[in-house]
Amino acid sequence: MIGTQAPPRLIRLDDYESLIGAIEIAELRTLANRLQGRSIQMVNSTAVGGGVAEILNRMVPLMQELGIKVRWDVITGGEDFFAVTKAFHNALHGEAYQLSDDSFTTFLANTEQNRSRLCFDCDFTMIHDPQPVALIDARPNGRGHWTWRCHIDLSRPNQKVWNFLAPFVDRFDSAIFSSPAFARRLPVPQYLFFPSIDPLSEKNRELEPSLVSETLARFDIDPQRPIVTQISRFDRLKDPIGVVRAYQIVKRYADCQLVLAGGGASDDPEGDAVLAEVREAAGKDPDIHILELPPTSAPEINALQRASTIVLQKSLREGFGLTVTEALWKKKPVVASAVGGIPSQVIHKHTGMLAHSIEGAAYQIRFLLSNPAIAQKLGENGHEHVREHFLITGDVRRHLTLFLHFLRPA
Amino acid sequence: MTKRAGEAFQFATASYLVRIGNQAASSLLDLQKGLADCTDASIFYHTFQSLGRHHFLTEGFSNDFAQWVLSACNRPVLAERMASIDIRDYVSLADLRHDLRKIVEEYCHGNAATASQAAFEEFFFCETVEEKVPLGKEAWTLEQFRNGLKDLAHGSLQFHFITSRLRLQLRTNDFSQWLSMELGLKDLARKVDQIDIYTVTLDRARETILRLLEGELGQ
Repeated sequence: MIGTQAPPRLIRLDDYESLIGAIEIAELRTLANRLQGRSIQMVNSTAVGGGVAEILNRMVPLMQELGIKVRWDVITGGEDFFAVTKAFHNALHGEAYQLSDDSFTTFLANTEQNRSRLCFDCDFTMIHDPQPVALIDARPNGRGHWTWRCHIDLSRPNQKVWNFLAPFVDRFDSAIFSSPAFARRLPVPQYLFFPSIDPLSEKNRELEPSLVSETLARFDIDPQRPIVTQISRFDRLKDPIGVVRAYQIVKRYADCQLVLAGGGASDDPEGDAVLAEVREAAGKDPDIHILELPPTSAPEINALQRASTIVLQKSLREGFGLTVTEALWKKKPVVASAVGGIPSQVIHKHTGMLAHSIEGAAYQIRFLLSNPAIAQKLGENGHEHVREHFLITGDVRRHLTLFLHFLRPA
Repeated sequence: MTKRAGEAFQFATASYLVRIGNQAASSLLDLQKGLADCTDASIFYHTFQSLGRHHFLTEGFSNDFAQWVLSACNRPVLAERMASIDIRDYVSLADLRHDLRKIVEEYCHGNAATASQAAFEEFFFCETVEEKVPLGKEAWTLEQFRNGLKDLAHGSLQFHFITSRLRLQLRTNDFSQWLSMELGLKDLARKVDQIDIYTVTLDRARETILRLLEGELGQ
């Protein structure tokens, strides 16, 4: 027998039935029926890697299965273009950046190339993130409905970069943000679309308990004692040192373990320094497990989240923390900082606990470790919260609703 | 003999968009001002809609304003007062806005020092955009109504059972209105309307209604 693996099975809409119910799927079909004959175009800058591609890779097939004509176009560009857009990305998150005339030229020249390469004849066009934003120039005589979906936090952008991009954004019919906190004052309607997770993905699907146990054994984590986990890259904004300090406070009262797991720091010079600081803060405590995981670790992350007693997200600044959504989906009690989009996910004392300091986070962890029934209730509520608002099927529904809204007579 | 309604119940679903407004509050004083200035659609979103969005929370969640006052301002007394507002008592957003404003104004007046303190995080005023879509299903009899109710998703239940109160401008919901007006089942209508949407999920509410309908059909 040849040692090849069967290709992964294509996930169908009906596969979500056990998670959201047949009735909700039937309603998706009802909404989609009203869009029959309409065409939708999604445009972004990458087909693989990154959250947007991850969402589109699942959303586009689901919409197609609903009978909607959806086309997904990916812009192309050289290294110079993506160097500029990467710098834009960082600057829009607030980093200092000197915008040179060359940057403008590169950005606009690349947009022009994509404009001539791509076709824009759909009823609805959705442009994702800043890289393709200037394609609004390609809109044929104001036809169709054009929406800019911004997946990043624009609350404190580098003003120079934003001043360059804003005139393009202003010409769309609407804009979408992941949190009200990330939006800008724009002359067009702005909508709130929460980022979604796919409950059937490797990172979120149900796991056999044996897989969870094997993962714990592999990382030498004791399954018999409480596990407090933060999944995040080693970045100061995720406050890993604060996580260690909070754990050390809790440890005085409860015999627990800490798991800090995140992506490798090889491509981030600061990541190495942060990791070293975390190791130093952890000292020789054998109950602190610092795990550097490669990008292909979705099943391990899934298992670690499922094995956790409490999931922590003690960020100092956060966009929409998808790791929080993932933990809530797994019915885990979450303690998280009240920053960025997190308060939308963690409704204090209902779907988790919010904290504003290291001591506050430690207190909430202690409280939940001492009150497992409350922790369980928070986890159950969190799961329902995700089911209602943060799943890919809900994201599809929001898109269908937006397109229907555009069709409504003014 | 099964009674037939003069007018059929038209099942519909509603799908909602959230529009981000340009107003935010970072203190109780800001909230007070925001409650005065925001649109009716915003009051609707943070109260009626909020209850529907969080129907699975059955212990102490009432509206977005109260939740923010508690979690971001740490003012439990004010939060409690705001949470005690029951949307079922209101048939106009103007009245609801008036009462919310009054509670916050009274608090700010009596607690000037804390009223201007910065909250942990901002409150952003948003609005609901509702897209109603007929499901193409109708009920002329109680039995048909029961069968239709079984197949309603949360969006439909929210539309008919919670947000309908404002549409009807009555202290009732679509279901009770139809049962009472079209089938003359006033007692059943009253029992359906008595279901406490603050303490049960939409699924539990549906189960209760179905049980009441079965009881009526069995008589």
